[in-house]
Amino acid sequence: MKPSFLPVAAAAVLALTLGSAARAADITGAGATFPYPIYAKWAEAYKKASGVGLNYQSIGSSGGIRQIRAKTVTFGATDAPVSGADLDRDGMVQFPAIIGGTVPVVNLEGFKPGELRVTGPVLAEMFLGTISKWNDPKFAALNPGKALPNTTITVVHRADGSGTTFNFTDYLTTVSKEWADKVGKGAAVKWPASTSVGGKGNEGVAANVGRVKGSIGYVEYAYVKKNNMNFLQIMNADGKYVSPDDATFAAAAAGADWFSVPGMGISMVNAKGANAWPISTASFILMYKQPADKAAANETLKFFDWAFKNGKAMAAELDYVALPDALTEQIRKRVWSQVQR
Amino acid sequence: MPDLTEGERLSGSAMLGIARRQRLQDRLFHRLTQFFSLLVLVALLAIIASLAIKAWPAFQKFGVEFIWRVEWDIVNEEFGAAIAIFGTVATAGIALALAVPLAFGIAVFLTETCPVRLRRPLGTAIELLAAVPSIIYGMFGLFVFAPLFADYVQTPARDLLGGMPIVGWLFGGATNGIGIVAAGIILAFMVLPFIAAVMRDVFEIVPPILRESAYGLGCTTWEVVRRVVLPYTNQGVIGGIMLGLGRALGETMAVTFVIGNANRLPNSVFSPGTSIASTLANEFAEAADFHLSTLFALGLLLFAITFLVLAAAKVLTLRTERAKGA
Repeated sequence: MKPSFLPVAAAAVLALTLGSAARAADITGAGATFPYPIYAKWAEAYKKASGVGLNYQSIGSSGGIRQIRAKTVTFGATDAPVSGADLDRDGMVQFPAIIGGTVPVVNLEGFKPGELRVTGPVLAEMFLGTISKWNDPKFAALNPGKALPNTTITVVHRADGSGTTFNFTDYLTTVSKEWADKVGKGAAVKWPASTSVGGKGNEGVAANVGRVKGSIGYVEYAYVKKNNMNFLQIMNADGKYVSPDDATFAAAAAGADWFSVPGMGISMVNAKGANAWPISTASFILMYKQPADKAAANETLKFFDWAFKNGKAMAAELDYVALPDALTEQIRKRVWSQVQR
Repeated sequence: MPDLTEGERLSGSAMLGIARRQRLQDRLFHRLTQFFSLLVLVALLAIIASLAIKAWPAFQKFGVEFIWRVEWDIVNEEFGAAIAIFGTVATAGIALALAVPLAFGIAVFLTETCPVRLRRPLGTAIELLAAVPSIIYGMFGLFVFAPLFADYVQTPARDLLGGMPIVGWLFGGATNGIGIVAAGIILAFMVLPFIAAVMRDVFEIVPPILRESAYGLGCTTWEVVRRVVLPYTNQGVIGGIMLGLGRALGETMAVTFVIGNANRLPNSVFSPGTSIASTLANEFAEAADFHLSTLFALGLLLFAITFLVLAAAKVLTLRTERAKGA
């Protein structure tokens, strides 16, 4: 991509916020909003431990990719993995840093969180708009004995491009052929349901779902917990109904074969495993193999090394799932070794 | 000249020096201010040029058709601006339709019939309204206005009119309080103080002698406003309306909160939609490559719409001026 005006502007802002070149020791990164809370928490603790700060701009995954390609930051962060071919072309490496999950949330009076259940194809039909009422026979069949209301389903989606949307539509594409043909997956898609409205950010979706009766949306798990939202249990690939939490996200990650795809860019949606949450995802870090500033790249890897070793409890606190030790050892050996430092 | 002292001769040459310095200062000052104003022009042209360059791939692929294509499919890279343009124009139109009569009433009250001791507090209150950040209007719109609008306007309208033949479909759909109409109403709140403040200011410059003569002839307040104040101030009034329109067309955050951000044309009065500014705000951060180019194309179109509107306003005022002169 040609160098565009946005990265330049962002770099100028970055330079201004950094204040002085004297603090150049700080690590700079930009990208996904989804892992921002945990990166910020790790950064705070790391600053105390090592004195090195992290300046992370949560500007969105595509923004992160643009920034690292414009070389204004030492690392980029993205929820939707970059393809192996693109990584080779840019001379970059990619590795996962944290795991989380996306959860369908509803606003239906009289039901407890997780009381109602759904399968992937039925969920896709709701978001397609072909199931338009809550008492539709297909949904009712999954929830026998529940008094479902005759209200219209209002679909709430992210209005801004988002890794959460990528994760959710990746799942719907995997479980529904109709969704795959008509809509597909992406950071932003053309929402087909005639009732759909968009909210800006996870908080925008959470606010709209909280406000509109009979609505269904999807948010990152932390927002479900924080706002005590009503969610749907989903049938996973093993035919079991599961609720979202760090255990079911970890179960989805357990079966993953990370090195089966170049750049470790595997999709964890509809993962096998009796206890696996089907809409789980990893968030990735992008770095150059031959960084312009080797010292900065070294500091960045030291930060993630520290976070992988010491950041697990902090991740759990914020409802993320840290990578298992076996995997981080592999990342050190097989990915970080490619980065000149 | 023998009777001039040494000092006097010196002061004569000093005077010349001062005059020369002053002329230099004047010229420098002239150049400096000229440079400032040229800077604005350069910035304007640079913005247009950079927008056009970035937007080029989009226009290259879709041609002029981009403007009226009804499509916004990011995954399949099928784009058209019609949905966003409709949302932008419709919300701004609704806002002006509501705000202009209200602002006119406020300005007339403040300048003609308001008790003098109320003028200042009321005027200040209106100016304060103009100072409220747009995000506050957005939050107010989403959390306070939208639920009330849904329960007390949309639901009764649907129940009352939704079953009627021919026009029933106009009031169908989900009643969740957010959409193009709701965004237009919130925008009306936002542009009202701008228009009202400008109208009040221009009404105040009408020479008292004109106004008092009209009253002296036995005119009613309405007649004074209609026959004396408005003809005297129409240029300023149109300017105020255009200021409001400009803000309504470009308003981003508040509209993003309440318009519903749905990329499709409305199928009823209460349908959600999207505007150019809200589409840009939503999608810019995550857009790449061709998608980014279409967003720049949208930005260029917004620029063009605003420019056309302002140009039309200018032509309108010039024409009325000429008619008055003739």
